[in-house]
Amino acid sequence: MTRRLAVLAVAGAVLVTGVGITAPAASQARPIRIGFIVPTTGVFAANGRDMVNGFTLFWEQRNFTVAGRRVEIIVEDDVGAPANTLTKARKLVEQDRVDMLVGPLTANSGLALRDFVHEAKVPTLFPIVSADDITQRRRTPYIVRVGWTSSQPNQPFGEWITKNTSYRRVATIGYDFAFGHENVGGFQRTFEESGGRIVQKLWPPIGAPDYGPYLAQLRRDIDAVYAIFSGADALRFLSQYQEFGLKARLPLIGGGTLTDEHILPQMGNEALDIVTPLHYSAALSTSENRAFASAYAKKYTRSPSYYSENSYTGARFVYEALVALRGAVENREAFLAALRRVEISDAPRGPVTLDAFANPVQNIYIRKVERRGGLLQNTVVFTYRGVSQFWKYDPEEFLKQPVYSRDFPPMKP
Amino acid sequence: MRMRRPLRLLFLLLGGAALLLLPQFLPVYFTHLLILTLVYGLAAMSLDLLLGYTGLTSFGHAAYFGTAAYTMGVAIVRLHVRPLPAMGVGVLGAAVLAALFGLLAIRATAVYFLIITLALGMGMWGLAYRWVSVTGGDNGLPGILPVDLGFGWPLRDAVALYYFILTACAVAAFLLYRLTVSPFGLALRGIRESEGRMRMLGFNTWLHKYVAFVVAGGTAGLAGTLYAAYNGFVSPTDLHITGSAEQVLVVILGGSGTLFGSMIGAGLVVFLRNLISAYTQRWLLILGIVFIATVMYAPEGVLGKALALAGRRFSGRLVPAAPARREDVLGELGVDAREEGA
Amino acid sequence: MEFWLGQMLNGLSFGALLFLLASGLSLIFGLMRIVNIAHGSYYLLGAYIALSVVRSTRSFTLAILTALAVLASIGVLMQRFFLARFYRQEQAQVLLTMGFSFAFADLALWLWGGDPQRLAAPARLARSVALGPVVFPAYRFTVILVGAVVALVLWLVMERTRLGAIVRAAVDDQEMARGLGVNVGPLLTGMFAFGAALAGFGGVMGAPFLGVYPGADSDVLPLAFAVVIIGGLGSLRGAVVGSMLVGILDHFGKALFPELSYFTLFVPMAIILAIRPTGLFGRG
Repeated sequence: MTRRLAVLAVAGAVLVTGVGITAPAASQARPIRIGFIVPTTGVFAANGRDMVNGFTLFWEQRNFTVAGRRVEIIVEDDVGAPANTLTKARKLVEQDRVDMLVGPLTANSGLALRDFVHEAKVPTLFPIVSADDITQRRRTPYIVRVGWTSSQPNQPFGEWITKNTSYRRVATIGYDFAFGHENVGGFQRTFEESGGRIVQKLWPPIGAPDYGPYLAQLRRDIDAVYAIFSGADALRFLSQYQEFGLKARLPLIGGGTLTDEHILPQMGNEALDIVTPLHYSAALSTSENRAFASAYAKKYTRSPSYYSENSYTGARFVYEALVALRGAVENREAFLAALRRVEISDAPRGPVTLDAFANPVQNIYIRKVERRGGLLQNTVVFTYRGVSQFWKYDPEEFLKQPVYSRDFPPMKP
Repeated sequence: MRMRRPLRLLFLLLGGAALLLLPQFLPVYFTHLLILTLVYGLAAMSLDLLLGYTGLTSFGHAAYFGTAAYTMGVAIVRLHVRPLPAMGVGVLGAAVLAALFGLLAIRATAVYFLIITLALGMGMWGLAYRWVSVTGGDNGLPGILPVDLGFGWPLRDAVALYYFILTACAVAAFLLYRLTVSPFGLALRGIRESEGRMRMLGFNTWLHKYVAFVVAGGTAGLAGTLYAAYNGFVSPTDLHITGSAEQVLVVILGGSGTLFGSMIGAGLVVFLRNLISAYTQRWLLILGIVFIATVMYAPEGVLGKALALAGRRFSGRLVPAAPARREDVLGELGVDAREEGA
Repeated sequence: MEFWLGQMLNGLSFGALLFLLASGLSLIFGLMRIVNIAHGSYYLLGAYIALSVVRSTRSFTLAILTALAVLASIGVLMQRFFLARFYRQEQAQVLLTMGFSFAFADLALWLWGGDPQRLAAPARLARSVALGPVVFPAYRFTVILVGAVVALVLWLVMERTRLGAIVRAAVDDQEMARGLGVNVGPLLTGMFAFGAALAGFGGVMGAPFLGVYPGADSDVLPLAFAVVIIGGLGSLRGAVVGSMLVGILDHFGKALFPELSYFTLFVPMAIILAIRPTGLFGRG
């Protein structure tokens, strides 16, 4: 009996699949279709969820309407793997006929998607992927980035450290792939140009179970440690940093994702006093951010992370562009041009415009972790205004240099 | 599979016609899913050669698939080799790797073979992950598209790519099939049933297993190059143990020891995954349950079940049957038992 | 000098953790010749259960007991109703455990959500201890201690008690054992449950070390496999030696050859497999 059931179930599934694929799309007054590719299952499910929540919240506040047309968001799961990203992108573009794509989450998925949307000429919004080259050496007219580049907040940060602290000899420890390299690279460049010196660089792999061997290698003659991790690795790193007694004697600074709100609630006192740069903090005390954070918390019972805000503001970009076009999203070139022209002065993170390479020019906040009202938060201690991905450098000169990597900038002899 | 000739021909014609004509009538997305089915199916078929026909369960088969994809990718992106020769290099890379790993793995039996192939597979994943200068590390290797074969056959759109992949897979599948019904293939089945007996009969079982391993690795490599040509992108996840585990799953679901069952299994997994994940996030849970149910109640898989229902003796088993009778094995090999006088 | 001392202690504590992770896997294989792919998800479930219990009762001890109980029950159910059907069909059993690993991983994601979590070590052990110039977390000492105790207890039970003798007899020759009046069925179920509970225990002890997050199962499984491959399946001595070797080699490898961090794990594995396919102390 059970055998037959098993066979029937499988046969039935195949039948349903066939029918589902061949059924013609229902015809109706045409809504604007946005394809949203993020991980909703697997290791990155929580970050993907933040992105979906942020994006959806914006459209809910506008009743899913813009310029008289309905907006339809189709969310597809890529589990954070590039092969799936491509499969879902194909489905959204060719089967669901979306007008634009938004996402993905991981850098490798973003790089895989870049070639696809460039070939298929699909307007795409990258709210999170921060791989520098997507709006630098590997840019395409079809991708508009509304988040950040990995080095963007770290370039001002290097200067801030030399101006506001006594740290002059710093060791770095971060992910041994592009995200880690670019965060560290941006910091190293301006830190060393303003008188500091990186004396040691450590590169653990993603998901290292034990940072002990790396922590034990830290030199003794340093003033501070710069760390760049995210997610479960950041949690683990901070615990172990404290356990090995380093927190007590070595100040910790690092990239923004180290203390981002997607993991901050999980941390304890080991996170206090860590200074990081990012283009957002949930503790930003502007009225726009407070409105956003409370609406978000009311709906999702948690504080927004930068994943949430970037997606929320990304939705805003789409909205403003469509308003300018009076809803005519079908002309893709015009839509892309309109997206690049959008200027927002009151996003939760502050004012945002796009540079000539379709990357945001925005405030960079130097934040310090403090406990307020019993909860940890990233308190803003300084704001750099109007920061682009090139900091103070000339874009042409900047692009002549190689992208930040393990060995660039090189260590000073 | 031995079915009556006309019936088998009919199935082949129907299947072939469907594969040739469906992309013309159905939406493009369907063609994409078919491409994925063909690619994963070919890789699974190569695993079936090991698992179903020789009785060697490999848990690291994704290593050859991924290595070929990376070799081809590196050849195109970093060494500027033309696409078609790059594919050849990719297949060669996978075969060489299988030849190397086979030396380590074939000495082991049953469970240890499983463990060793698992370990070797993980090692290759680690290499892809850490050798950043060559493989791009976690970011992967983009830029393999577009594949222009250079004789006026542009592969820029999905349908053209589909026919190219279909041709390659059909040829490879046919060759695999011929291998399984050749004396070599029959010897493999004999080894699966009882290696001791085969050795006693004078077969060099180590060599048979080794050759099967290399052939399987090379064929998986071919699937890997087709995959790279389709996606234009390779990343370490393609070599991860979850990929190897999924390949085993596909073979079992489709029917181990039936060769073409693996293609059916791949189709099931590809289509179900994409269909079900539109309705629920619990795709992995469903997959796990389906798999457990299959092992418990239908271990011969979809095709095996279908063949059994059609009244044919099923020649591949998840659970080893009673040891093969010596006369049967010899008879299949064309030796008259009475003449052996043993 | 302090560098080497620190790395040594680190390696030892990591090795002890690996032993706790791998002993369940090795035990189940040694007794029943099952390669339990669901081992990683047993770890994960143990960690998540501990998280929930500690959150609601603040008792680490209760967390340990709950995790042991729940994992043992899961082990009983899995073995009795699924694995036992495939007596002596190792391949089928491996595949079943694989299906369960998919299901458990997704179940954990469903029940506890996708956010990475942290389980703090019990307050008494969350301090750091200064050994001269080296500062070392007290919890890691605990892990070393617990690992040693578990190894000792396992050895004592297996080698020196009547139960251990019965188990070894049943493993060596089931028919004979049955003939001598040993109730083999429940014994096997009990052994599997014990292995599962051990894996869950590893999850509880490992959680303050590694964290609790979706994907921890596929991070832990390769490590456990590395240990049992090097040390040899089914051998307690192998699990101890293997975990120490892997822990120390991995740490020194990461310190001395940082580019090769994954290789420090796999190269020794490949070398040992090439020489002795059953691992250092494995039983064929």
